[in-house]
Amino acid sequence: MARIEAEVGKPQGGFMKWIDDRFPFTETMKYHATEYYASKNFNWWYVFGVLAFVVLAIQLITGIFLTMNYKPDAAQAFASVEYIMRDVEWGWLIRYMHSTGASFFFIVVYLHMFRAMMYGSYKKPRELLWIIGMMIFFVLMAEGFAGYLLPWGQMSYWGAQVIISLFGAIPGIGEGLVEIIRGDYSISDITLNRFFALHVVVLPLSLIGLVFVHIVALHEVGSSNPDGIEIKKNKGPDGVPLDGIAFHPYHTSKDLVAIIVFLMVFSAAVFFAPDMGGYFLEHANFEPANLTATPEHIAPVWYFTPFYAILRAVPDKLWGFILFVLAVLLPVFLPWLDRARVRSIRYRGWIYKTALSVFVVTFLVLGWLGTMPAEPVYVLAARIFSVLYFAFFLLMPYYTTIDKTKPVPDRVVYHD
Amino acid sequence: MNEDDVDRIDRNRRHFLTVATAVTGAVGVGFVAVPFLSSLKPSARAQALGAPVEVPIGSMEPGEMVRVLWRGRLVFVLRRDEDMLARLPDGIDQLEDPNSEVFEQQPDYAVNATRSVKPEFLVVEGSCTHLGCAPLEDFDVRPAENWGGGFFCPCHGSRFDLAGRVYKGVPAPTNLRVPPHRFVRDDLILIGQDTGAA
Repeated sequence: MARIEAEVGKPQGGFMKWIDDRFPFTETMKYHATEYYASKNFNWWYVFGVLAFVVLAIQLITGIFLTMNYKPDAAQAFASVEYIMRDVEWGWLIRYMHSTGASFFFIVVYLHMFRAMMYGSYKKPRELLWIIGMMIFFVLMAEGFAGYLLPWGQMSYWGAQVIISLFGAIPGIGEGLVEIIRGDYSISDITLNRFFALHVVVLPLSLIGLVFVHIVALHEVGSSNPDGIEIKKNKGPDGVPLDGIAFHPYHTSKDLVAIIVFLMVFSAAVFFAPDMGGYFLEHANFEPANLTATPEHIAPVWYFTPFYAILRAVPDKLWGFILFVLAVLLPVFLPWLDRARVRSIRYRGWIYKTALSVFVVTFLVLGWLGTMPAEPVYVLAARIFSVLYFAFFLLMPYYTTIDKTKPVPDRVVYHD
Repeated sequence: MNEDDVDRIDRNRRHFLTVATAVTGAVGVGFVAVPFLSSLKPSARAQALGAPVEVPIGSMEPGEMVRVLWRGRLVFVLRRDEDMLARLPDGIDQLEDPNSEVFEQQPDYAVNATRSVKPEFLVVEGSCTHLGCAPLEDFDVRPAENWGGGFFCPCHGSRFDLAGRVYKGVPAPTNLRVPPHRFVRDDLILIGQDTGAA
């Protein structure tokens, strides 16, 4: 532990020592960056954590600037967004960065989660790290949902109507709960005002807190790697893992390349396709909320559609809600559903490889079905793929047990 | 603390004090939570804005429907013509709750074959009982599609007949809700209030 030097007034080792005697700056930098060792065989799947951090920063900064001109008032909200788009200098850019950032947040987080499933990153001792990550995902969903109401467009209003009504399916307390969420007998100015408070204060603060805890947990257990081995088991005489390299400057300089490539793709979306053909910003949302008419075709934004398709596949209100919640929650239990002895897909058998591939296709198809109208052929397809979605998780304890795995090496391996 | 003191610690007493402090604190937090949670309920103004709305019906043609907002909720007022009323008993076996037995979906005075005070005038909330979308009116009869006219929800495909009764096998669990309402005069409906002469 650092302690204040007794000899007051004498310079003792310069400015950094003065700081370090009062705040563990150098120690923290070493622990989390310059002496935090992550595997040297990271591939490009390992950049999405850093990219999620970058998107979070983009969302926080653009969000702060948007609040300076946005009005959380049902009579003024839609017009204030148009005001930002047309009259505020560069307002269109800030708003498009924020709306595009929301979609990119989910793209990056879904890829980050897929990485964890592919390389078994959630397996012991990283269960808690995974659970904290899932909590971040839930808060992110709430954040995206609350934010989508704010422009007070047609899809804002009716999308919120549908999702808030979901809670009404809970027996007994449902109706009362819905009234407390809305703060009114229907979605109104009061609802908009409180969703604004959730979107700009409660949920971002939770998000920042959870991201902090996620990183603390990560640096305690150490990063996983594409071989799924524990690099801490093989340390050199200096106590540094033989397969590890310091996060800074080695991984950070590689991440910088990823960040630049990411920003190129992000900018392309912001400048050339900010509505992404109706996927990032739905067409119906360019009309102000009309309380007397639901849009002909209503669907949530793309990042909710896989779960929405499951909800819609069930011809019963309560069961639809239950399966919807279950579909969102099930990944939390992956560390215990997955009984395989190896982490990485490199050393797993054909059964898990097939199951994971089918799951990816299932998730994408459900996402597409969720954007389609509720016609019988789509509903039937959604039922089939919903079964596949649940089968992936619920049958996992069985198929990961019988799957033949290959021996895992001691040290990381390079594949040419 | 030296070693002699350790022997003199009354662990039972310490445990009691720990638990008592925690419980007192929890009760305090519980009390403080009440005002915060209550502030989330509909405010006095929101309740006041829930005042009844008047709908003049004197000029409505048979077969015509108007949409009004009551408490920010959409309400349909449909003047059914004779043909529509005559079709109500058709296909009753395909309905989930043909006799309006789910009591919270309508006031007692709307528990009848037409779900209305006066057979002609249907007053229902235009809010699908599944997830709250506004159903679309589709009053044409198309026997080929097994459609006898009624309301169709574009969101998840729920179907209702001309009395707002839900068909079987759709996501909506119950009939469209009939709001409290009364006829003030023959040409005026008051939605949101039913005390007094109905």
